[in-house]
Amino acid sequence: MDMNYLTTLKLHINGEYRPVVFATHHTLLEVLREECGLTGTKHGCELGECGTCTILVDGRPVLSCLVLAADMEGKRIETVEGMQHGNELHPLQAAFADLGAAQCGYCTPGILMTAKALIAENPKPRPAEISEALAGNLCRCTGYHKIVEGVEWAAAKMRGEEGTPPEKVFYGSPVPDPHPPAPLSRPLPPPSPGEGGDR
Amino acid sequence: MLRLPQFRYIRARSLAEAGAVLTGEGAAEGEIVRLVAGGTDLWPNLKRRNQKAQTVVSVMSIPGLSGIHANGEVRIGATTLLDDVARHPAVRQRFPAFATAVHSISSPPLRNMGTIGGNLCVDTRCTYYNQTEEWRRSIDYCMKEEGTICWVATSSPRCWAHTASDSAPMACALGARARLVSAQGERAIPVENLFRDDGIDYLAKRPDEILTDLLLPVEAASDRCGTAFWKLRRRGSIDFAVLSAAAALWTDPAGAITRARLYLGAVSSAPLAVPEAESLLVGKTPTPDLLAEAAKLARKAATPMDNTDFQTQWRGAMVQRYTEAALREAAGLPVERLAPKHELFGGVTTAAPSPLSG
Amino acid sequence: MANPLRKPEPEPQREPNIIGKPFRRVDGRAKVTGATRFADDLAFPRMCFARLVRSTVPHAIIVSIDFSEAEKVPGYLGALTGEEVPIPFGILPVSQDEHALCPDRVRFVGDPVVAVAAVTEDAAYEAALRVKIEYAPLPTISSVEEALATPEPRIHDYGDHGNIHKVVSMTFGEVEKGFAEADEIFEDVFFYEGNTHLPMEQHSAVAVPEDDDRVTLYSSTQTPHYVHRALSKVLELPASRIRVVACSNGGGFGGKSDPFNHEIVVAKLALKLGRPVKITLSREEVFYCHRGRHPVLMAVKTGIKKDGTITAQRLRTALDGGAYGSYGVASTYYTGALQTVTYKLPAYEFQGVRAFTNKPPCGPKRGHGTPQPRFGFEVHLDKIAVALGKNPADLRLGMLAEPDTVTANWLKIGSMGLRQCIEAVVAGSGFRERWGQLPEGRGLGLACGSYLCGAGLPIYWNHMPQSGVMLKLDRSGGVAVFCGESEIGQGSDSILAAVVAEVLGVALGDIRLCVADTDLTPVDLGSYSSRVTLMVGNAALQAAERARELIAQAVSQQLEVPQSRLVFAERRVFDAEEPDKGLTFQDAVIATEARFGTLATTGSYIPPRSPGRYRGAGVGPSPAYSYTASVVEVEVDPLTGLWNPVHVWIAHDVGKSLNPVLVLGQVEGSVYMGLGEVMMEEQAFRRLPRHLSNALVHKHPSILEYKSPTFLDMPPVTTYLIEDPDPQGPFGAKEVGQGPLLPIMPAVANAIWDAVGVRVDQVPIHPHMVLRALEAKTKGHEPRFGPKRFPDVDFGENLIVPTPEQGGDGKAINDYKETLRAGMRSASGTMMSREEALKKKKLGALTT
Ligand SMILES: Cc1cc2nc3c(=O)[nH]c(=O)nc-3n(C[C@H](O)[C@H](O)[C@H](O)COP(=O)(O)OP(=O)(O)OC[C@H]3O[C@@H](n4cnc5c(N)ncnc54)[C@H](O)[C@@H]3O)c2cc1C
Ligand code: SF4
Ligand code: FES
Ligand code: FES
Repeated sequence: MDMNYLTTLKLHINGEYRPVVFATHHTLLEVLREECGLTGTKHGCELGECGTCTILVDGRPVLSCLVLAADMEGKRIETVEGMQHGNELHPLQAAFADLGAAQCGYCTPGILMTAKALIAENPKPRPAEISEALAGNLCRCTGYHKIVEGVEWAAAKMRGEEGTPPEKVFYGSPVPDPHPPAPLSRPLPPPSPGEGGDR
Repeated sequence: MLRLPQFRYIRARSLAEAGAVLTGEGAAEGEIVRLVAGGTDLWPNLKRRNQKAQTVVSVMSIPGLSGIHANGEVRIGATTLLDDVARHPAVRQRFPAFATAVHSISSPPLRNMGTIGGNLCVDTRCTYYNQTEEWRRSIDYCMKEEGTICWVATSSPRCWAHTASDSAPMACALGARARLVSAQGERAIPVENLFRDDGIDYLAKRPDEILTDLLLPVEAASDRCGTAFWKLRRRGSIDFAVLSAAAALWTDPAGAITRARLYLGAVSSAPLAVPEAESLLVGKTPTPDLLAEAAKLARKAATPMDNTDFQTQWRGAMVQRYTEAALREAAGLPVERLAPKHELFGGVTTAAPSPLSG
Repeated sequence: MANPLRKPEPEPQREPNIIGKPFRRVDGRAKVTGATRFADDLAFPRMCFARLVRSTVPHAIIVSIDFSEAEKVPGYLGALTGEEVPIPFGILPVSQDEHALCPDRVRFVGDPVVAVAAVTEDAAYEAALRVKIEYAPLPTISSVEEALATPEPRIHDYGDHGNIHKVVSMTFGEVEKGFAEADEIFEDVFFYEGNTHLPMEQHSAVAVPEDDDRVTLYSSTQTPHYVHRALSKVLELPASRIRVVACSNGGGFGGKSDPFNHEIVVAKLALKLGRPVKITLSREEVFYCHRGRHPVLMAVKTGIKKDGTITAQRLRTALDGGAYGSYGVASTYYTGALQTVTYKLPAYEFQGVRAFTNKPPCGPKRGHGTPQPRFGFEVHLDKIAVALGKNPADLRLGMLAEPDTVTANWLKIGSMGLRQCIEAVVAGSGFRERWGQLPEGRGLGLACGSYLCGAGLPIYWNHMPQSGVMLKLDRSGGVAVFCGESEIGQGSDSILAAVVAEVLGVALGDIRLCVADTDLTPVDLGSYSSRVTLMVGNAALQAAERARELIAQAVSQQLEVPQSRLVFAERRVFDAEEPDKGLTFQDAVIATEARFGTLATTGSYIPPRSPGRYRGAGVGPSPAYSYTASVVEVEVDPLTGLWNPVHVWIAHDVGKSLNPVLVLGQVEGSVYMGLGEVMMEEQAFRRLPRHLSNALVHKHPSILEYKSPTFLDMPPVTTYLIEDPDPQGPFGAKEVGQGPLLPIMPAVANAIWDAVGVRVDQVPIHPHMVLRALEAKTKGHEPRFGPKRFPDVDFGENLIVPTPEQGGDGKAINDYKETLRAGMRSASGTMMSREEALKKKKLGALTT
């Protein structure tokens, strides 16, 4: 390869400096996975359309498939590999593992990074805010609810709150009495099941 | 993985340096030199080989090009990140519909990368064009790049790719100006003059001109000015607009409309003004019937083509519905039935609580 | 050594320790730390990269291929053409119609023609762009109607006739009599657009050559065993020289269950170049691999009595199959097979046709062939309920199929929890009180569904187990579990580990899994057809029970406690009557190893034989059926036709939740995917004006334009898990991966009717369709949007199969080929080799 098209940089990844030489037109996604061996960051489109490759740069979620590694001088890069403390999982990681928020696990690194940035900014996010923050990350397995629950629970843990998620998160909703009271004489107003109701 | 082609990459440290590369030797010899800011439009285009470049100049390291300055008018530096624009208190308070428009762009991580300058200059879109090199080979390309025919309208002499920017129609409606700098000097032009109604040559600026600022005028921040931005798209996030309506209505103390600006996005190659509707509105009190009438004119003016999501005819019908909703919101009238759908499909309503208003 | 096949002594009853509990999945930690190695995460010394050059024309003869420009790309290593891999393959023995690279003809835009290899992926891509291929175009076919009208030129020179790949037609019971006895006849036509799996992970494969005739393939595949077979066939190497390792899949949903071109290509290239070769498909290419939901046009006719009893049903389906067979023959049968397991259908006629078209091949997607007719059936029932003035819930409750019965088409139903499912969602949503009562623009819809827990027959005819599990225990106290099953996100690793740990009373941490490796693990047919929990679970159960039996014998002798009193729990083996008297599990294994020598046990699973004996009876039978009911609430804006789901209630009869968290995840994931299908997902194609171009292309092979719901598009979901244990399932468990998707689409369509009084008889339900139907309603026309008619198809003579009620024996009475087929079908187990069968062109043994 033509030397004019190579870049040498000291990247700051997960708190460590790492000298890397790479083709200048390579994205951060490619450099992380191929030059640094950090394959925890995944990809699903390489065009900015799926969110799978999300990492943090200076604390903000960005899509590593549309970032040049050459632009990373002096930036703080965080990937999923840097989440755990020693051998201990980050509360988000633990919550995702326990609540089934990771099925195939392919979207998981990107979602974990986005969620980490969200909690840093908003330690007590409401479910709607979690969905809003994660709206650029597609997942095909979970149907999203377990992820929202996982973020909520992890945020609570990080705030130092005790306790476990409600039973239905683990066992489903209690099966209702199949014989409800006799039909009402006049129609009920439509309920608003979204609020405070089941997720 | 879909990858970028090889190119020479220059991180300009000053406007002069960037300008020098744009007009430099390479460019003179026919090399393609392109500017990049956040890259969320350019990189996908290069990866799909929609656009080509031997040299790419980044404007992201040019000092002073990023940031929001609010004194009277609000000046937004071209490389300011979309998320920073949408969250900025001055923008949110004085130009809530503009904050809404910017907040509706793409997805949260993309708004941490894309810039306002890049958004105004974003390439036009078309489902025959935003495809990989191999796919475009299978239709023998089209007029916008390499080919000769426009597949959207096969006898058309022009390309109908649609404007994709969400900030542009709103900036136009507000009467914003854009500042352009080149080796030849600088000029500030009304934003609407930045665009041309042509899917290929969609910008009216010279290639060596760099967009440095967007200036949002004081008049549009006044209490007498109501604004609204309505965007139609399939999903709550990620998607480009398949239609947007941006409205600004100025009223006198008696409630009569003194000035009206209405722009539509995604239904032509540039943000589309609807002067017929504007002149219908001026001098009258904004009654529901009047606004509905104006919305009909908007529908007439728009030419949605079959080059994006949703059925074309239906999108035409929606031009009227969305314009009416935007006008009603700008006029302070209630927007009834559409509201919940708008929240879901646009994710950007100012009526319902959103992170922006909260 | 003791006979491990001796029937195990029953263990004293104890509460399960793991089964039924929401434990952390065994691969959970790796998945949240980024440690899971997906195929594209692998790298080997000297690894190079391949890229496929795919056809840019929909149907053509290949005239010439020119590599001269490609060869100039720095880093170019070589190429592979169809001539070097001439042997056809395919997932079903009856449709071996694919080539790793097209030898002479391309059949759709995306069909791979050549492969190039280079030192870097950049270079491979550049080289691929520079390969010049000249084509001589052929006429194209883009729909079933066109295929029927255009028998020549044929896309394939096999199939039932012209461009019709497969025609099936059968009658169970006296259908015409049933219609005659009915009080009312209802007829409907429905259309279900094709859609695709869109797994977040793009397919990837790495081949590593070893020795001069050995190769290992790491791949994101749901079916390593079938890939193994295809590789052996095409590479012309004994299967023993090929090792296939399925990496964890980043989502599959059926999209990674065929052997694929790229897998064979890298294996061949690795052997040719003598170095590891990786290929990772681009997102666009994933759309070309497809194998997703068939577009299906359906006509359903039902005779019904005033009291809501169905007297007969006739279903016709027309499947747009795409350019290759894939699972298509099975898919065709599946569009008719499972109509009978939810509601009583005393007489049933099914006619289906699958056409070849110049589009990416369709195949199995979550629900394989059944969501389309299920959509039709459930919307049809809703219309019937309205016409009869009945509540849709009551209509269904009144006609439920009975547990432990055999259906008209000879499927054996075991446990059947649909009644509880319906009652749960009806009560939870307030359906009885609120249906038909909500204000304009709001509506509720109910629908049900049922799915297989694994197919009764394997894809290729054989008498071997469908699942095998092997355990190795030693003095470490750890248990190594070997099984060919592949983890695609559904949690199969966790189920395997949990079953073994439960039986042996050890912790999940004591289990070490080795899965999906054709060299090291016993065959499991793969992660498809919702078969893993039931089949792998049963095989694991058997292997673990055999190990427990050996350990119990040894411990019983050592402790002098009768074997029947020994309990395996808490990582100990102890006397139920004197719990302090016992050994740690490790000591117990030591005692056993000392007594019997090196310890290993195996378990196998072969599904029970189904009673159906007619041609086509192989598709539909399953050891058990899961059941689901759902109510969806929607809001619809009558001004725009925009609608959105507001809430979903869903109840799924899973038999027994082995891990409820995983079960909930599958239910919610299915709801999501079903909503995606009905709201927005479509694998759509476009032609250009014919006088200007021969193009026939995928409209939008990108993850941006193929719409799939985001976080913001997903409504709240209330999930009820119904447990009606099935004796065929391990601990009573049934499937949950696919069934819960089925009721979602029809429930939405029914809810839209409840909201604004119009029917959209088609999926997805775009807003313009709702609006058009509303406009029709305003004008006093039929308030409906949907297909008008089913095409005229010559289905030939129906197979006539008397039902169990008629005293049938499971056989057709008019199958003239039956005698010839008897060899293949006989209970004695004699069978023809595939070659023989092919020779005789009696290609019937197929299923998934
Ligand atoms: C999945 C996806 C979804 C998207 N959705 C939306 C959406 O909903 N709405 C929307 O509006 N956009 C959308 N975009 C497009 C894009 O992300 C935004 O428009 C973004 O604001 C572009 O800014 P950028 O800085 O990244 O532009 P770049 O890619 O850096 O540049 C875009 C173009 O502008 C030129 N340019 C950039 N800066 C300057 C300057 N200062 N002076 C002169 N020329 C300049 C570049 O040469 C280039 O041609 C989407 C993109 C993706 C990938
Ligand atoms: S509008 Fe026509 S010319 Fe323009 S990009 Fe689309 S197909 Fe090409
Ligand atoms: S890989 Fe899809 S957004 Fe980056
Ligand atoms: S867990 Fe599989 S894509 Fe999200």
